[in-house]
Amino acid sequence: MEDLSFHHQARARAGGTRQMAIIGVVASGNLEVLAERVLPETECRLEIKTAAEGFGEVWDAVVADFVERYSPGGLKFSINDGGARPDTVSLRLAQAVRLMAENEQ
Amino acid sequence: MKNWQQGRQARDARIEAGAKLAKGKIVAASDATRLMEAVIGPGDRVCLEGDNQKQADLLCRALLGVDLAKVNGLHMVQSGIVLPEHLDLFDRGVAKRLDYAYSGPQAARIARMLFGGKIELGAVHTYLELFARYFVDLTPQVALIAAVSADHDGNLYTGPNTEDTPTVVEATAFKNGVVIAQVNEIVDKVPRVDIPADRVQFVVEADKPFFVEPLFTRDPGAITEGQILTAMLAIKAIYAPYGVRRLNHGIGFSTAAIELLLPTYGERLGLKGKVASHFALNPHPALIPAIESGWVEQIHCFGSEVGMDEYIRARSDVFFTGPDGSLRSNRAFCQTAGLYACDMFIGSTLQIDLQGNSSTVTTSRIAGFGGAPNMGADARGRRHPSTPWLQAGREADPDGSALLRRGRKLVVQIGETFGEKNVPLFVEKLDALALAEKLKLDLAPVMIYGDDVTHIVTEEGVANLLLCRDENEREQAIRGVAGYTHVGRSRDRKMVQHLRERGVIRRPEDLGIDPLDADRSMLAARSIKDLVRWSGGLYAPPSQFRNW
Repeated sequence: MEDLSFHHQARARAGGTRQMAIIGVVASGNLEVLAERVLPETECRLEIKTAAEGFGEVWDAVVADFVERYSPGGLKFSINDGGARPDTVSLRLAQAVRLMAENEQ
Repeated sequence: MKNWQQGRQARDARIEAGAKLAKGKIVAASDATRLMEAVIGPGDRVCLEGDNQKQADLLCRALLGVDLAKVNGLHMVQSGIVLPEHLDLFDRGVAKRLDYAYSGPQAARIARMLFGGKIELGAVHTYLELFARYFVDLTPQVALIAAVSADHDGNLYTGPNTEDTPTVVEATAFKNGVVIAQVNEIVDKVPRVDIPADRVQFVVEADKPFFVEPLFTRDPGAITEGQILTAMLAIKAIYAPYGVRRLNHGIGFSTAAIELLLPTYGERLGLKGKVASHFALNPHPALIPAIESGWVEQIHCFGSEVGMDEYIRARSDVFFTGPDGSLRSNRAFCQTAGLYACDMFIGSTLQIDLQGNSSTVTTSRIAGFGGAPNMGADARGRRHPSTPWLQAGREADPDGSALLRRGRKLVVQIGETFGEKNVPLFVEKLDALALAEKLKLDLAPVMIYGDDVTHIVTEEGVANLLLCRDENEREQAIRGVAGYTHVGRSRDRKMVQHLRERGVIRRPEDLGIDPLDADRSMLAARSIKDLVRWSGGLYAPPSQFRNW
C-alpha cells in the first residue's frame, strides 16, 4: 500500500451544487472515488490509497491533467485504488466531477 | 541411368511397412505408435496438424511413444505449437528441428526450450509463409492430420474446422508423402468429402474426439469502458471516414467491443451498409448482434468456433457452407483473402515501439505470429482499387500521380495504453530485439512492421501515421497517443499539439466523443447469455462461458 496526496489550484469552482458523490468499486484494476465539496472554491485536493507502489509520477501526471481539464475547484477526492490503469483513474475522476455537477434532488 | 523415382519408391516402401498394421487403410488406435515407427524414419520432415481448432492429438501422443532407436531427430513443420505434447516431442528427442507459425498456448515453455537449446529453430513464420514453404523447401514426408470422420475408403470429413488440412494434404500427398489421419469416427458415408480418399493412406479411429478450445469467444461481460472508448474512436475516426467494408478483426476485447457497438453506436452514426459488411474472420460470437441486425453480408472463415455450428448452419447466406450445411473453413484461402481482398486489419498487440513496430514477444514468452502479419501488411502485389485503399494511398503520398500511386491497406493497432498488471503498451525498445540478441537470431520476431502500420488507437486518441511526413513526426504522433506510459509522458508537447491541429492526432473531443459516454450500456450484448438470445438460441456457448 502507498498513500499519495496532491493539492492543486483550480481555475474555477466545480459546477453543480451536489455536496457528495461516490463512484467506482474497490476491486483489482478498479478504484473507488469519493468526491466532497468541502474546500475553498479554487482549491482541489486528492488523497489516494493505492495497492500498487511506485506509480507516484504517473499519478502526478494523471492528476495534473485532470485538474487542468475539468477544473474541479472546491472538491476533495478520496480514492481507494486497486491498481487501476491510469486511463481508468482519469475516467473515474471525470465521472465523479460529472456526478457533482448534477443538482441535488 | 539416373533413378528419377526415388521419392515414389520411398513412399511406396513407407506405405508397405504401414500396411502390415492396417486393415484396408484402417489402423487400430492401439497400433498407432507402431504405425509411426513403420512409416517414419530418423530425421524425416513431419507435418503434425496443430491448428487453432483441430489437433491431431492422438497421433501426436503416438509419435511421442516411439522407440527412439527407430524414430528420432525429426524436423517438425506445423502451424501451431498448441499442446504440451508438441513440445514433449523435443524434450524426448523424437524431434530436433522446428519450423512453425503460432505458439500462443505454449509461449512460455517454448521460450524456455529455445533458450535451453532443446529446439533447433528454423524460423517463426506467418501462416501463409509457412504454407508456401510446404510447397518449396519444407515439403513434409509424412503428414499427421485430424478429421471428424472417415469412410472405409479414407474419404475425410473435417467438420467446420477444415483449417489447414487441405493445404497440408496437398503438399504431402502430391510430393511423394504419406498422409495419416486420425478421425473421431469411421462411418459408411461421410457428410461431405473435404479430403478425397486417394490422398489419404492410413486412418486411425481415435478413442475420443480431437482437442478443441474456444479461442475466439470474448465474454461481453468482461469488456471495459476503456475498450468501449477505443472502439468508439476506431469506428468514428477510421471505419466511417474511409468507408471500410472489407476487413479482418483481431481476437482481442477491443475488436469484440467494436463488433458489439456496430448495431448501437454504428447505427446511430448512420454507418449500416457503409462499413463492416464483408469479413475474413473466424465466426466470432460477438459478431452475432451485428449479423442479426443486418450489418454483415459475408464472412469467410479461417476455422470455426466452439458452439457456433448450428448458428452458422442457419445463416448460410452469410457463411461459406458445404452441401451438408456445415461451415467450410480454409486457413490458406482465408489468409489470402485477408491479405489481398480486405482493406483493413485492426487488432491488438503487446508492445509498440517509437517507429510503430509491434510485437507480441516478450523475453519470457514467444507466442509466434499466426496470421496477424498477413492481415496486418500492405499487399505489394495488390492491383484492384477500392475507396479506402485509394484514400489511404492518397494520404500517404498526396503529391504523387493518382494513376501510378499505390493504395495502402489500413493497418490499425488498437489497445489501451496499459495492459494487464499495468504493463505499458508503448516501449522505447521491443523485447523482441533483446530476444533476437539472446538467441542470436538473424531477424527479431516483429509481428507488424512500423512501415505497415497506418493508425494507432488508444483511449487517448487516434494517430494517423499516413499523414506523418518524417520519422520525427511519426515518433511524436505515437507518443501523442501513448497516454501516461513513459513513452507518452516523454512527448514533445508543442509538436503533439501541432500534430493535433493538423489532424494527425485526434482526441475524443476532436471527434465529438465524450469519454463519459463510453458506457457498457452501449454494447449490443452485455453477456454471453445476451449473445445466445440474439442468436435465437442457436449459439451454444461452451460450459466455461455459461454462468446460468
